[in-house]
Amino acid sequence: MRYVIIGNSAAGVHAVEEIRKRDGEGEIVMFSREPYLAYSRPLITEFLFDGVPVRKMSYRDASFYRDNRVDLRLGVEVVEIDREKKEVLDSRGERTPYDKLLIATGGTPFVPPIKGGDRGGIFTMMTWDSAKAVKERLPKTKRAVVLGGGLIGMKTAEGIYEAGVPTTVVELAPQILGRILDRRGAEIFQDYLEKKGMEIITGDTVEEVVGESEVEAVRLRSGRVLECDLLIVAIGVVPNMDLAKKAGLQVNRGIVVNERMQTSDPDIYAAGDVAEAFDIVVKEKRVNAIWPVANRQGRIAGANMAGGEKVFTGEFPKNSLKLLGLEMISMGLVDSPDDSCQVITRDEGERYVYRKFIFKDGHVLGGIFVGEIDKAGIVTGMIKNGVRMNGNRERLLYGPPQLIYLDEEYREEKLTRPVVS
Amino acid sequence: MGCGLCLVACVVEHSKTKDILMAYKQETPRPTPRNVVEEGEEGACFSLQCRHCQEPDCVDACVNGALYIDNGVIKVNKDHCVACWMCVMACPYGCIYREEREGSWNSNKCDLCPGRDVPACVEICPNRALVYEER
Amino acid sequence: MVMSSSLWTDNFHDFYVDREQERCIQCLVCVRQCPYEANVYREAAGVVDSVHKNCTGCHRCESLCPTRCITIRTNPSEFRPHANWQPREIKNIYKQARTGGVLLTSTGCELPYPNYFDRILIDACQVTNPSIDPLREPMELRTYIGRKPEKLEFERTETGEVRLKTEIAPQLKCEVPILFSAMSYGAVNLNFCEALAMTAKEVGTYWNTGEGGLHRKLYPYGDHTIVQCASGRFGVSKTYLGTSAAIEIKIGQGAKPGIGGHLPGEKVNRDISETRMIPVGSDAISPAPHHDIYSIEDLRQLIFALKEATDYEKPVFVKIAAVHNSAAIASGIARAGADAIVIDGFRGGTGATPLMIRDNVGIPIELAIAAVDDLLRAQGIRNEVSLIAAGGIRNSADVVKIIALGADAVYIGTAAKIAVGCTVCQRCYTGKCPWGITTNDPRLAKRLNVEIAAEQLTNLIHGWAHEIKEMMGLMGINAIESLRGNRERLRGVGLTDRELNILGIKHAGE
Repeated sequence: MRYVIIGNSAAGVHAVEEIRKRDGEGEIVMFSREPYLAYSRPLITEFLFDGVPVRKMSYRDASFYRDNRVDLRLGVEVVEIDREKKEVLDSRGERTPYDKLLIATGGTPFVPPIKGGDRGGIFTMMTWDSAKAVKERLPKTKRAVVLGGGLIGMKTAEGIYEAGVPTTVVELAPQILGRILDRRGAEIFQDYLEKKGMEIITGDTVEEVVGESEVEAVRLRSGRVLECDLLIVAIGVVPNMDLAKKAGLQVNRGIVVNERMQTSDPDIYAAGDVAEAFDIVVKEKRVNAIWPVANRQGRIAGANMAGGEKVFTGEFPKNSLKLLGLEMISMGLVDSPDDSCQVITRDEGERYVYRKFIFKDGHVLGGIFVGEIDKAGIVTGMIKNGVRMNGNRERLLYGPPQLIYLDEEYREEKLTRPVVS
Repeated sequence: MGCGLCLVACVVEHSKTKDILMAYKQETPRPTPRNVVEEGEEGACFSLQCRHCQEPDCVDACVNGALYIDNGVIKVNKDHCVACWMCVMACPYGCIYREEREGSWNSNKCDLCPGRDVPACVEICPNRALVYEER
Repeated sequence: MVMSSSLWTDNFHDFYVDREQERCIQCLVCVRQCPYEANVYREAAGVVDSVHKNCTGCHRCESLCPTRCITIRTNPSEFRPHANWQPREIKNIYKQARTGGVLLTSTGCELPYPNYFDRILIDACQVTNPSIDPLREPMELRTYIGRKPEKLEFERTETGEVRLKTEIAPQLKCEVPILFSAMSYGAVNLNFCEALAMTAKEVGTYWNTGEGGLHRKLYPYGDHTIVQCASGRFGVSKTYLGTSAAIEIKIGQGAKPGIGGHLPGEKVNRDISETRMIPVGSDAISPAPHHDIYSIEDLRQLIFALKEATDYEKPVFVKIAAVHNSAAIASGIARAGADAIVIDGFRGGTGATPLMIRDNVGIPIELAIAAVDDLLRAQGIRNEVSLIAAGGIRNSADVVKIIALGADAVYIGTAAKIAVGCTVCQRCYTGKCPWGITTNDPRLAKRLNVEIAAEQLTNLIHGWAHEIKEMMGLMGINAIESLRGNRERLRGVGLTDRELNILGIKHAGE
């Protein structure tokens, strides 16, 4: 049995672990177009200002590949999947046959066509190499503009700002962090970051990059011109599904997979940011491009590839973010979809504390914790397990959430029976 | 019964000196407990610590592998932890704690007291409310 | 009734919490565990402090303090010595001047009346009448409670076999002559009841529901349960009577002879209401007398009503407080058809009683048992009833002595509570028992782990049983039957002729 894994990040690594739990004999071949052992993608913005030492960016060291006997092919990109012959063609022209194939190719930053977008000094932030390129430029950067106030944009802005470079964030939406915070939560964050000295412009976007060969300024839709010598484009990420498309696999906004992470070809699996899977809060399939989901999907794919039986029961957005010291955690919905939901909030924005919970029919659909985040995971668990909360819901607004707020039956179940997760 | 001795036992067990007075009076920073006593209405209360799930959400959430499973026990490598609190976000029991050590932060959690037959919290519990068993 | 300011007496507290601040780690275990709020955390000052006036001397905090920084002490503050106006009397007057109420207390009499157990010594065999080694020889502790026939008659069946002709009244088989006395669900909680029931089953003895009824959860222990029928008749039904090993009619209680009982409505929660068969929140008042018993004849009617209801299959006990004419009353009870008489001495415990009554009414169990046994023997009806002694039995020597004075078995109550943690702080009536015994507050009741409590009770009974066997052995006795009423093996010390006479024992040296 030969397993071929395309991608050496969260999903790929966990697939390896699960395969080896079940199959000690089979061959595992892993391709990565990046030249590094698995590293923590979420930490590349920290690299910009040495926020964490490089050793902490390591996700798996060499012993992982050795112990699991992974034939690791770094810096080699798979360019084609031949489903007929069941083999992959790589950038070196080599063909590698597979019995089971996992596509864990992740996503790529989306860069829209911008006038003057061919100037130097324009970067995206997705890989360690991209972070290295940005970092290299920082010493000679006087001012940076980050286009996009989402998770990657804000973390990058933080990294550049922390490295001592004045930074402006430009976000088209009326608020930053739209995916993970509601309007008020974003306002609080914006206020905090602005007080720290970061400039944030919302409701505007970059229309033109000005400069001879290198970026010298950006012109915004509003007409405003921002001088800068570094532009980061971070307006979104799209799944890397070209391979899958070319191979004729069914794709939608991501590669379509079933609950076993199998694509339309039963011998080909997909997991992580490239796959589209069920979201239990919005109750539809979508790409949840977050680290924990990639890990979970990688495990499930790996287990099934090696003959196990694991199913993906659904996930939902959940994020933990720290910007210049202000912490937040959110999970599920951040805005009430309609009037059938009840919303409770506690707004102490002046001291950067904010909480919000969205309920429907006694179940929690979403929560936001800004400033005070201890034990927030209890709410994540409530969403995941569809638990009803007893008694006074307002209790969730103050202090760390307690397991004891939940149904006794649920607690009993959780505390006295074998624990899966 | 909510006495909180399990918290004391946890602090002492994870202190440098393992001496109760030293742990509380001399050691800085004072170790923080890796468990909690939750108290609800009508007398419900319990001591809670990591359940050491088979498929832990915290380990899946950890961005750089600082949380790992060692022989069924979920452990945190504090020197690797970057304090991103993805684990705090993920743990459905609220059993991962933020800990400050000499100015830097890391996650902290129950490690089932390596080197002991029975975890310290279980041993001290005067009412046998805590039991140690494999499930 | 006006509650006056209490400020001027607050500092005359009985106890104080001696806290070695250098050892206090502010873990707040003491704060969390004190139901009387005697330990408090002063957040602003960052110290754990004590409100001494709230301390009842229960020692809960001391027992759980992980650094042993707490010692509970009696308040050394002294009043001017006065033989008549002792601090106890002074403080009681303060209390009543403040509240205008009856002084309440719990457990048994605390005053230093003569304790006859402590003035009776046990004889031992030397040379001429060899002692028995209980490790080598069988020792019989099994006791049958119930009416015994005057003589046994036998007959031969048609096939020639010998058969017992005499009909034997129902008997209660006790593997040890120690039973658990009546403590009602309500006064104590279900955890404690369950621990007693489990222990009774484990060691082969019986526990007693008191007048709290029998909680459905404990029905499986029916074979080891004595159900009580008291003046309030709480929880009495055909099922209740049927789910038992014996039935006890309670006339009186040693701690409060002649008065009734009162379980305040706020303690009557749903479970207690269902078990007692009264509405939630209603006061459970047990009248002083049974309103249908004003004579021995009336009592006989109730005894037989209960026997009738249970097909004459279960022994019926009658429990009275030890009073001056216990002997004559006991004789009447025996003649009324009871299978056993329980005499409860004035040191017997209670969940709540007026202090004046607890400390001033009744007589010691040692004298009462001797007198009752004497009279029943004199009248030739001792075999018609078993005698159970209750009230202040503290150890196995007390058991041996009271059996030698004439009892068949003993009831223990306070000793059982102490076995599971009680420190005799005498505040059962507050419903806040820090040990989780005499409280139905779920927060406190869970402090009593049934499994642990049952182990401790079982250990206690086993320990006493061992000791009783040892003492029987040294007396040269190998069956508890031979000890009963065997007053020749007792000697008094420091007792008057009159006392020796009542006890029916010789003085040491005779």
